[in-house]
Amino acid sequence: MIEIKAVKKSFGDLKVLNGIDLTVDKGEVISVIGASGSGKSTMLYCINALEPIDSGQIVVDGVDVHNKSTDVNKLRRNIGMVFQQWNSFPHLTTLENVALSPRIVLGKSRAEAREIARSQLEHVGLGDKLDVYPSRMSGGQQQRLAIARALAMEPNYMLFDEVTSALDPELVGEVLDTLRLLSDEGMTMLVVTHEIGFARDVSDRVAFFHEGIIEELGPPAQVIEHPQSVHTQKFLANVR
Amino acid sequence: MDYTFHWRPVFRKLPDLLQAGLVTMEVAILAMLAGVVLGLILALVRMSGMRSITWFAVGWIELARNTPALLQLFFFGFGLGAFGIHLSPFLIVLCGLSFNNAGYLAETFRGGFNAVPPTQVKAARSLGMTATQTYLRIIIPQVLRVVYHPMTNQMVWSVLMSSLAMLVGYRELAGETQFLASKTYRIFEFFLATAIIYYVIVKLIIGGSRLLSWRLFRY
Amino acid sequence: MDAASVFTGFQFSDLRFLADAAGRTLLISVLAISIGTMLGCVFGWMLSVARIAGDATLGLLLDVFRSVPLIIQLILFYNFFPIIGFNVSPFTAGTIVLVFYTSALVAAVARGGIDAVPLNTRRAARSLGMTYWQDLRYIVWPIGLRAVLPSWAGVALGVLKDSALVSVLGYVELLRASQILITRTQEPFLILAVVGAFYFALSFPISRITARLERRWQYD
Ligand SMILES: Nc1ncnc2c1ncn2[C@@H]1O[C@H](COP(=O)(O)OP(=O)(O)OP(=O)(O)O)[C@@H](O)[C@H]1O
Ligand SMILES: [Mg+2]
Repeated sequence: MIEIKAVKKSFGDLKVLNGIDLTVDKGEVISVIGASGSGKSTMLYCINALEPIDSGQIVVDGVDVHNKSTDVNKLRRNIGMVFQQWNSFPHLTTLENVALSPRIVLGKSRAEAREIARSQLEHVGLGDKLDVYPSRMSGGQQQRLAIARALAMEPNYMLFDEVTSALDPELVGEVLDTLRLLSDEGMTMLVVTHEIGFARDVSDRVAFFHEGIIEELGPPAQVIEHPQSVHTQKFLANVR
Repeated sequence: MDYTFHWRPVFRKLPDLLQAGLVTMEVAILAMLAGVVLGLILALVRMSGMRSITWFAVGWIELARNTPALLQLFFFGFGLGAFGIHLSPFLIVLCGLSFNNAGYLAETFRGGFNAVPPTQVKAARSLGMTATQTYLRIIIPQVLRVVYHPMTNQMVWSVLMSSLAMLVGYRELAGETQFLASKTYRIFEFFLATAIIYYVIVKLIIGGSRLLSWRLFRY
Repeated sequence: MDAASVFTGFQFSDLRFLADAAGRTLLISVLAISIGTMLGCVFGWMLSVARIAGDATLGLLLDVFRSVPLIIQLILFYNFFPIIGFNVSPFTAGTIVLVFYTSALVAAVARGGIDAVPLNTRRAARSLGMTYWQDLRYIVWPIGLRAVLPSWAGVALGVLKDSALVSVLGYVELLRASQILITRTQEPFLILAVVGAFYFALSFPISRITARLERRWQYD
């Protein structure tokens, strides 16, 4: 369970998160929507301790993320993250990309790590690309590689940050299908997305971000079909 | 530590040093101008693909880039002397630095031309521009943007390299310093003062170049 | 030529003399490049970590080495050591100056390499649970190295050629040896050609190889 309690964060003078409260239950898929700059990515970074917070608390499986004595490296193994820009490691082949962290972070043997990598890559449909360098693959394939790379750590949670925004339209489908697959397998997911259709079909709950707060939170039937706040209504009218 | 510093001789000779600093600027700038012209020619020759002359350009460029600048200076000094050609110290320095600058700048310019996509020429010509207009208004400005920073660096190198002149008997800043230092035996003091002058010259060049670039590249 | 009766012409043993000097050029260059590179990488890392504070202190200091002619630095340091009570050989003084000179040039290159790795790539590495040092070792180092290897090779070759300047301190490296021979044999053209060929034979292949590596490493 991820518990976000009254989290605030600024970059210098810019207030990015103004008191976020959100609880993600085991097996739940929450979609996060909202305008550009409203702080969606920043919240994900904070959950993973990639950015510090100013006040409030984030607790993952009972562990206070931003407590000084918390081992963030151990914590991050448990939380997979995939970014808008796929950030595949360009100097490594597909297989090596996925096998690296099981080996150096989890301390698996080289053979074991490769086996994990192979099965995760097959999982996302890249079983035939093991020895290819990322620069030879399409954006959609690189994005699935990034997903496999995160899954190889066997995380309990997955955070997705607009993973389809940088893709050509015809490649969006294959990545969303992968996300659906994970959701069907019961993965706990927090998905920042501009794909309203996906949010409606796949998520258990939808959170609408506006200027650093969650302005509306509820099942898709409520937030997407019958939004209460004017900001949500405006936003949805614009992206449709 | 029983060494006592004597700064007075340095202060007394400061005007001479500053004067010599101007000589340094002068020879460095002249060598840079010659280097730009020669480098442009070398780059165009190298890109022309004409067998009969490219070897000459390639030979110049690779020699300039792969041997010590001091060796190049020596070549214009006693190397040419072997053929009965005796250049003045000033000409030795000027020729040596120009030779070196041209070699490096030629590669910079070649890179600059290559950085402009060929479709730019097509696009400009399709708008009805002549070849000359295309070069002057479309290609050159884009090339300049790419080569501007390396050119600034080369100008700095030109100043730094000009200090080699003291080894061929020319009295620009370094040569003058050596002369004064050996006359007064205040070697450390004089060379420290000179180091500061060089530092200031280099900073002025970089600062000036930055100012100019703000005016030149608005886009 | 009557000059030949006064001076002795270029002899076979002179080649030996030049070869020894070439060995000294190589020695001082290899020392300067290897130690200077290690130091420069550390400096580059410090600059990239400390950002503005680093630029204002270490960056400023290193900049001095890049803004003052090497020949002046050499003379200055060589004459500075006796002042503080050390008498050092031209070799020692030359090596020390070349090491710092190299490290200043490498620091700029190394910092560029670190900055060439996108922030989000590093975040991705950290999000997989890698520690700061694992991120540096497995992600930043290989990516940055490829990005700046050609620049580093340029620096190294520059130092090889610049090592000729240690001759002003009286260290008999290749160029100094050639001067000595020229004075004796009065055959400047031949000797300069031989010496030039040595530098060229070392520098040209290396610059070619790195240029090719650079093309191959465009992540294909
Ligand atoms: N490292 C940083 N330093 C300073 N400002 C930052 C930094 N990262 C983000 N910001 C600013 O914080 C604000 C929120 O950024 P964030 O990336 O969280 O928005 P977002 O909701 O994810 O938007 P988008 O849809 O564009 O990704 C933006 O105004 C952004 O410019
Ligand atoms: Mg974002």
